[in-house]
Amino acid sequence: MEWLLVAVAVLVASGLMAVVMTSFPRLSTFWGAVGGGAGCAIGLFAVVRVLWSGKVESLRWGWDVPYGSFSLELDPLSGFFAIPILVLSGLAAIYGSRYVAVFWDRKSVGELWFFFNLLVAGMLIVVLARNGMLFLVAWEVMSLAAFFLITFEHEKQEVRDAGKTFLIATHLGTAFLLTMFVLLGAESGSLDFADFANSPSTVSADLLFLLALVGFGTKAGLMPLHVWLPEAYPVAPSYVSAVMSGAMSKLGIYGLLRVLMFLSDVQPWWGWLLIGAGAISGILGILSALGQSDLKRLLAYSSIENIGIISMGMGLGVLGTSSQNPVLMVLGFAGALFHVINHAIFKGLLFLGAGVVFQATETCDLDRLGGLLKRMPWTGSAILIGSVAIAGLPPLNGFASEFVLYRACFNREGLLAALSTSIPCVAVIGSLALIGGLAAFAFVRVFGIAFLGEPRTPHAAGARSPNDRMSLPILLLAAGCIAIGLLSPLVFEKILPVVAQITHYELAMIESPAARASVPLSVVARVGCALFLLAGGLALVRRWLLSGREVAVSGTWGCGYSRSTPRIQYTASSFAQPAIGFFAPFFRTYTKLRAPRGLFPQSASLATENTDLSTDLIYHPLFGAVGRLLGKLRWLQQGRVHMYVLYVGCTILALMIWYVSMELPPADASMSGTVVERSP
Amino acid sequence: MEVATLLPLAVTLIMSPLLLGVINRTKAMVGGRKGPPLLQPYYDLIKLLGKGAVYSRTTTWVFRAGPIVSLAGCVLAATLVPLGGCESLIKFHGDLILLAYLLGLGRLCTVLAALDTGSPFEGMGASREAMFSALAESAFLLGLAALARNTGATSLTQMHAALADGAWSVSGLTLALVTVALLVVFLAENSRIPVDDPNTHLELTMIHEVMVLDHGGPDFAFILYGASIKLWVLGALIINLVLAPSAGESVADLGVALAGMLILAVLVGLIESTMARLRMPRVPQLLVGATALSGLALVLEFGGIGK
Repeated sequence: MEWLLVAVAVLVASGLMAVVMTSFPRLSTFWGAVGGGAGCAIGLFAVVRVLWSGKVESLRWGWDVPYGSFSLELDPLSGFFAIPILVLSGLAAIYGSRYVAVFWDRKSVGELWFFFNLLVAGMLIVVLARNGMLFLVAWEVMSLAAFFLITFEHEKQEVRDAGKTFLIATHLGTAFLLTMFVLLGAESGSLDFADFANSPSTVSADLLFLLALVGFGTKAGLMPLHVWLPEAYPVAPSYVSAVMSGAMSKLGIYGLLRVLMFLSDVQPWWGWLLIGAGAISGILGILSALGQSDLKRLLAYSSIENIGIISMGMGLGVLGTSSQNPVLMVLGFAGALFHVINHAIFKGLLFLGAGVVFQATETCDLDRLGGLLKRMPWTGSAILIGSVAIAGLPPLNGFASEFVLYRACFNREGLLAALSTSIPCVAVIGSLALIGGLAAFAFVRVFGIAFLGEPRTPHAAGARSPNDRMSLPILLLAAGCIAIGLLSPLVFEKILPVVAQITHYELAMIESPAARASVPLSVVARVGCALFLLAGGLALVRRWLLSGREVAVSGTWGCGYSRSTPRIQYTASSFAQPAIGFFAPFFRTYTKLRAPRGLFPQSASLATENTDLSTDLIYHPLFGAVGRLLGKLRWLQQGRVHMYVLYVGCTILALMIWYVSMELPPADASMSGTVVERSP
Repeated sequence: MEVATLLPLAVTLIMSPLLLGVINRTKAMVGGRKGPPLLQPYYDLIKLLGKGAVYSRTTTWVFRAGPIVSLAGCVLAATLVPLGGCESLIKFHGDLILLAYLLGLGRLCTVLAALDTGSPFEGMGASREAMFSALAESAFLLGLAALARNTGATSLTQMHAALADGAWSVSGLTLALVTVALLVVFLAENSRIPVDDPNTHLELTMIHEVMVLDHGGPDFAFILYGASIKLWVLGALIINLVLAPSAGESVADLGVALAGMLILAVLVGLIESTMARLRMPRVPQLLVGATALSGLALVLEFGGIGK
């Protein structure tokens, strides 16, 4: 545990050093990146050491904040979420040390490193915190650090807009979390997590679950609480987006799991709700991804899809818990956790890859790219691996976690059990199948349009391989996709202690339900190895067949038309058109068409844009109405100072009258006082 | 390992191109022509394997890896499918998921290889293939879910065995619905009429054929062979469902199943001779229809009406 504090201290101190050095960008970057990398390495060492020993380490200091205590603990669940945070952030720091070079001559990178390292430290404290107050403070530090990272290039209008959306969304989410913690602590009068779990709560568990779902779901990006993701991820520096998508949004999942552990009376409809929200997020998320032509925006929507898959797994787990169905419970939670790890790896990879593309071509618009694989063979190949993995195809890691979820459903205790279990299982099977097919569609589109074919613009044609410090993290993550895919039974086994903790079962008791997935997974892994061997064998056969024969190189067959230009290639929009057309009700497509006119048309153009349905249907009307309503109070604010002083005086007077008239016993008064103080 | 488990794989690898021969022969006969020999697909494969190769300047290693990985995926998919009372080589709980996703991997590789050429026609075919297969996947897995619910089994071999005990007389309605859904998936995934016309001569209307325009020589042989294995594998699922083994007589069962495969090929030939290809915007509706049939089968199972 001490080592973890050292890691946090290194992160914060190096961030401060970076700020101090900010007028020397190289030095500042050095301190920020080395500190970030070292902090993550120390933290990783500490986490792995504790998890390996199988013990739970904790630490508790007093803290002069009401209801607060500096109480940390490293248990399997915390460790499980800390590992992707530390690995991904460490790799992102290495990558960032080179990525930020473009800002050296025009922006101060000190603040970038300070907030990046603070974000990592905040995330680490969030997973370790065992006190509601500490948790919320760390949660806010994390969110605000993320805000400053998102708005790093605040001279651009779209960046400021995205920052605003993020700030509002994250604070609305925190408001729900604050209410939840206050309600949880209302009975025992303490915000320590240990007391939540033991004290019988008088507050309805249903309410607590809903508060947690909204609060944490906003951070994770469950639909329709997702609106900030597709705004914020594209404008942040790529390695920050990688950490936010791969690690920070997972803390929403962490929080939800942690709160589920406090609630004893698990209801089946929670599972139904999680599965429903997950299916909607998954299907609409990947459909929206298909509609985007900006690479980073597309990846943001795909994060929503993956959170949906994770949520469906948690839903199965909750359903299994409530109906005392250990197989469904264990496989549901295990599949969800497995997907958390996998998504961190391939989404981190793809966001880092998007940064490489952006720096090499100055655009993330798929329709302006093309032919990048030839220009950056190693990075491009790694991105191909990430794309296949995120499409959930064997033999890579994405398939392994989706297989566990499928297996939870295709089971005597799932699909074949009573209707209350089998109907949600069918929903999960149908959604996963559709999501799988559409994800393959979406990522074939990304890779095929951006990396294959001919470059569509001179920028794309002039792209070069990135610096080693940027390609190394990407290659490592790609290796992780392959390794986890082929060693999936081993990884699955390491997840079981976490599942045991979430479900309050002994590890020995969940081993036999877990074998339902681990035994097939070992076959799947072997088939994956066979696939590599068979493909290698076929490659040798082809080489043998072609040896001594003529292997010519020529132009692409243009069906008789030999003077084609790169612009004749299929574009990202046209590639997605069959799906956009078929699923038209789920899109708001804005089309700008300048049709060709006359017998000899000079020029024509067509531009389409797919906007977010829930922004258009829910948030714009909602915030518009709120704005109109609150506009009626505008007369309160006239800019005269003495009126404001009067307001303050009146408020204090009203509060005093209220306090005196209530005459509550001090403990209760201060408790409810906390609520009043914080709600404005 | 029993020798019998190698039989389905061996039969698939050896006999799958024959199905194409039978389909083409049927079409020729219905059309009043003599048609190519039944073994023509084999001759084509041998001829292609003996040729050199031409690669486009635009392409990368993805184009060269496409046919290989796609064929490897199809061969491994073939190891998962039982046939005529013989168990499959690899069987485990949930193997049907691996089957669906291995075929998906093969498709992804073909699509990527098509996009690698930079040809607008191939991009067009790739886009259609990706869209239609995304819809076919849910019809396929939901259909298998209905079967799993019906037979109480979660591996293809177990399902096959469970169907042996006169399942059709007990729950014929469910099985009929699933059979129709799987038939639609079979036709769509293998690019047959009414989804795609393998004999069309206009690139604009093609799906699968246009994606492989730039492949030649051994690469094209791999693609053709992989496609015929895929045809066999998905066909075998239908035949396993329709012609349940009588249990015991494994040699006779295998013979019946092989005869069933050939009849299926004749049926495909007849469908292709009597129907036109659907307009492209109609195809998704057909696939959603198949998904609905699978869903209906599941509802029947849930309600206990299918029995």
